[in-house]
Amino acid sequence: MSNLSRRKLIATGLAAAAGASGLAVAARLADRYGLLPPDHGGIYGIGETLTYATQRLLTRHALAREFPRSLISKTPFVNGKPPQSKSFKLLEAGGFADWQLDIDGMVAQPASFSIDELRSFPSRSQITHLACEEGWSFIAEWTGVPLSHLLNKVRTLPEARYVVYFSIQGNWWDSVDMADALHPQTLVTYGMNGGTLPVGHGGPIRLRVPRQLGYKSVKYVTRLTITDNLKEFGKGLGSSAPEEGYSWYAGI
Amino acid sequence: MADSVWVAGLADADPATMAAPRHTAVVRVTHWITTLCFFALLVSGIEILISHPRFYWGETGNVLTPALFDLPIPASRSTVPTGYDFVLSDQNGWSRYLHFEAAWLVVLTGILYVVFGLSTRHFRKNLLPAAADLSWRSLSTAIANHLRFKRPDEAEAWSYNALQRLTYLVVIFVMFPLVIWTGLAMSPAIAAVIPAAVTVFGGQQSARTIHFLISMFLVLFLLIHIGMVWLAGFRNRLRPMITGRTDAERRRA
Repeated sequence: MSNLSRRKLIATGLAAAAGASGLAVAARLADRYGLLPPDHGGIYGIGETLTYATQRLLTRHALAREFPRSLISKTPFVNGKPPQSKSFKLLEAGGFADWQLDIDGMVAQPASFSIDELRSFPSRSQITHLACEEGWSFIAEWTGVPLSHLLNKVRTLPEARYVVYFSIQGNWWDSVDMADALHPQTLVTYGMNGGTLPVGHGGPIRLRVPRQLGYKSVKYVTRLTITDNLKEFGKGLGSSAPEEGYSWYAGI
Repeated sequence: MADSVWVAGLADADPATMAAPRHTAVVRVTHWITTLCFFALLVSGIEILISHPRFYWGETGNVLTPALFDLPIPASRSTVPTGYDFVLSDQNGWSRYLHFEAAWLVVLTGILYVVFGLSTRHFRKNLLPAAADLSWRSLSTAIANHLRFKRPDEAEAWSYNALQRLTYLVVIFVMFPLVIWTGLAMSPAIAAVIPAAVTVFGGQQSARTIHFLISMFLVLFLLIHIGMVWLAGFRNRLRPMITGRTDAERRRA
């Protein structure tokens, strides 16, 4: 081996080592500032982290666009079937009077709210876009109680980093970071276009996260858990979406 | 036979031009990274597209609203009426991950290329057409030569003609920025920060439609680009984009 190629080899090795440790340091820093998504591993992790970190830095306080009433879609598409379980059908037959939204985890006062109790809290209505990752979309008016109001009510601990939410449907669950959880437009939604939220659109309770694609707005929510560690849930990827190959963060 | 023509031509070429590589290292590296990303974006883009091969104009659109146009292909979702009695498999998960990862790489590569191109006067020297070449007369001669598949003369192997220059400039400074912009305009988070990025197109569905149309333009560009390289002498055009030098130079060295 000539001197030159040995030097090249050493230089390449050093550059690779520097690159790898640079990435490791960057990942540490990103995690410290809450810029590392739970699905940051694997070959797509770098792109995913760049997207999440950049959008989080840019959009922390940005408000999703709200539209005039005239732009409300006359044909809001219903995607998927409502839960077929007996327990859901029973609750539906009772007008969801017995539906409970449980809140637990890193809170001082775990609580459980009925739909009527949720309706008694300060409400917010907003006309926002719901876009599916498939490409279709509609605009509707959504009414509900801001998630931040509930998080204050149960006295969320300052160490909280994520809100995990579970659906009564199958194994659907997801989570958002505190930037989205405390965002004024993140609504525990019970109304749509002036009426109650139809079952097809996630009634009685759907968590609307308008700055992310539709699949983050999980339908039929029954439980919220506040945590500082997503590793304790499912496969540790932050939601059921990455377990099926979809990204946890859906801001794009 | 073709080779001998090229060698003869090179003998007359300006030796000063030939001392420098035909394509600089930055141009070659960014060219091939862009190529790799383009294929990743194309494959993943097609996968994402087939989950809803319908296009709309304005802010919203779904299968209950009239389409601006739809593609006569099967879909990967049963909710889309396509006329086919089968549904393709859903590949959106990895396709979306790959699409955005490749987008990051191509955007960072593009920034590197543009900074390099401005600082080394690459655009001015190699891509900006001379004013004289932009006259209607010389442009129409160039178009006529292209339509007759006339092989370029030797000097042109070292430089781009006005049509090439205009095409590359449009691709680099119009189509790439537009396809990136319309892609970002589909992002609900970006739309929240920069609403004008969406409204300038008339809505998020318009942005999606334009994103698709520009992608088709870029695919057409790619096909013509490869076709032209083929006609002009595949080896002699491909080699400089890999090693920086032509076949003839390699032989003389």
